[in-house]
Amino acid sequence: MLEIKDICFERDNKKILDHINMKLDLNKFIVITGPNGSGKSTLAKIIMGIETPDSGNIIFNGQDITNLKIDERARLGIGFAFQQPVKFKGITVYDLLKIASKKEINKIEACKILSKVGLCAKEYVDREVNSSLSGGELKRIEIATVVARESILAIFDEPEAGIDLWSFNNLIEIFEDMRKIIKGTTLIISHQERILNIADEVILMKNGKIEKIGKSSDILKEDLCRNSCCTLKKW
Amino acid sequence: MDNIDEELLKEISNELGEIRNGAYNIRKNGEGIERKITENINIVTKKDKSGIDIIVKENTKFEFVHIPVIITESGLKDIVYNDFYIGKNANVVIVAGCGIHNDHHKDSTHNGIHRFFLEEGAKVKYIEKHYGEGNGDGKRILNPITEVELKDGANMEMETVQIKGVDSTIRETKAKLACNTNLTISEKIMTHGNQFAKTEFYVELNGEKSSTHVTSRSVAQDKSKQEFISKILGNTKCYAHIECDAIIKDQGKVVAIPEIDANNVDANLIHEAAIGKIAGEQLTKLMTIGLTEKEAEEQIINGFLR
Repeated sequence: MLEIKDICFERDNKKILDHINMKLDLNKFIVITGPNGSGKSTLAKIIMGIETPDSGNIIFNGQDITNLKIDERARLGIGFAFQQPVKFKGITVYDLLKIASKKEINKIEACKILSKVGLCAKEYVDREVNSSLSGGELKRIEIATVVARESILAIFDEPEAGIDLWSFNNLIEIFEDMRKIIKGTTLIISHQERILNIADEVILMKNGKIEKIGKSSDILKEDLCRNSCCTLKKW
Repeated sequence: MDNIDEELLKEISNELGEIRNGAYNIRKNGEGIERKITENINIVTKKDKSGIDIIVKENTKFEFVHIPVIITESGLKDIVYNDFYIGKNANVVIVAGCGIHNDHHKDSTHNGIHRFFLEEGAKVKYIEKHYGEGNGDGKRILNPITEVELKDGANMEMETVQIKGVDSTIRETKAKLACNTNLTISEKIMTHGNQFAKTEFYVELNGEKSSTHVTSRSVAQDKSKQEFISKILGNTKCYAHIECDAIIKDQGKVVAIPEIDANNVDANLIHEAAIGKIAGEQLTKLMTIGLTEKEAEEQIINGFLR
């Protein structure tokens, strides 16, 4: 479904991604983990087209998308939830969900999507996506826009970043539920053990390279827990 | 009234049928052409100068007044003085505005001087839209002046919109607020081409617990220029929040000059101004949910000026 071929990305004489190769299969729940600065978010952005690789190719459903723009990739079925949700002035939650949905949706349908991410829909659907919303609320709305797109490949860049413990526990439940209902492949960048535990496959990155691919139990035992600079967080 | 007139009215005010539901006065090319008064709202032609007095009886509840102005004659310079006397505890919506259709090469100008006198406990929502159209190279110029006096407990909400077709505008708004009053102003402006827009707000907070919120959102594109000037005087225990947000595109320019004068230790005055181009991350987000860059830009601007 997605094939990353020999991707390299260098900035300020530092190799952020160093000859990355990997394949993602359809209908899988995959987590990329690893220390800060290992290149996880950059790789996610390169898949979405937000960053451009120095070399290498990205093949999506047999098509080379390396030179396609963000919106062209979005229309092919790739979705992306930002680590730091973007705020707007004057654009409401309903506006975003309407744009994100490939078909016309009314407010009742928008509310159903918001319910999936644990928001009491009526309270939020007409609110502006601005700084009056808390970090946790913005995060859920961000996730809702990706859910609304029903992407073939949905990428979530550190969904747990910047939210409090209580919001995090709810967020995990959302991903656990989404794991059951979402069709297509989900790719999550995460440091969280509970997210790793629900993955079909965990990809461990270090220093811009893929260190290991396996089940969460293998990765946790062999690579992270023995490491004194372990970044994995338990809640 | 022809099709052009009705279309202009729709842009700045409402469907003609809606306008005719309440009290109204339609002015075309410098003269009143239609008027209706109601039991509670009287409209009287001024004798000393061009314009009308709108007199709303005390305790009038939830009535509408429409006073649209349309100009279709190229080269016309129209000045009108409208005074609004709002009785105690009345609650009305006033819809004003000016639409200019100029198909020729002479400049068309409308200067509306509106004065509002709100008695104790009165409440007004005032909506003013400015719009210009036509294929001529004659300029469409609008220079409104609004003066507001709020007596104890009065409230006024003012919405002004100028989105399209006005080549030059200088808007002045002056207000004096007594005790327990609130003036909320929301301004939306978009300029393009070589257009120029300047808005000035001067608000005196004279009564205890008076407050004002002024929000200006504007977009300047092409080679257009805008100026936002605000001066708020906090003379007693009062609150003011002024917010100027502008998006600039192309070679558009925006100047924001805030002045807040706290003349009393209990005056709480805030001014915020932010000018910049559309944030790249906003464009990126909308592109990740399927919009092209151009569509994303339109969506951001439309939302911003909503």
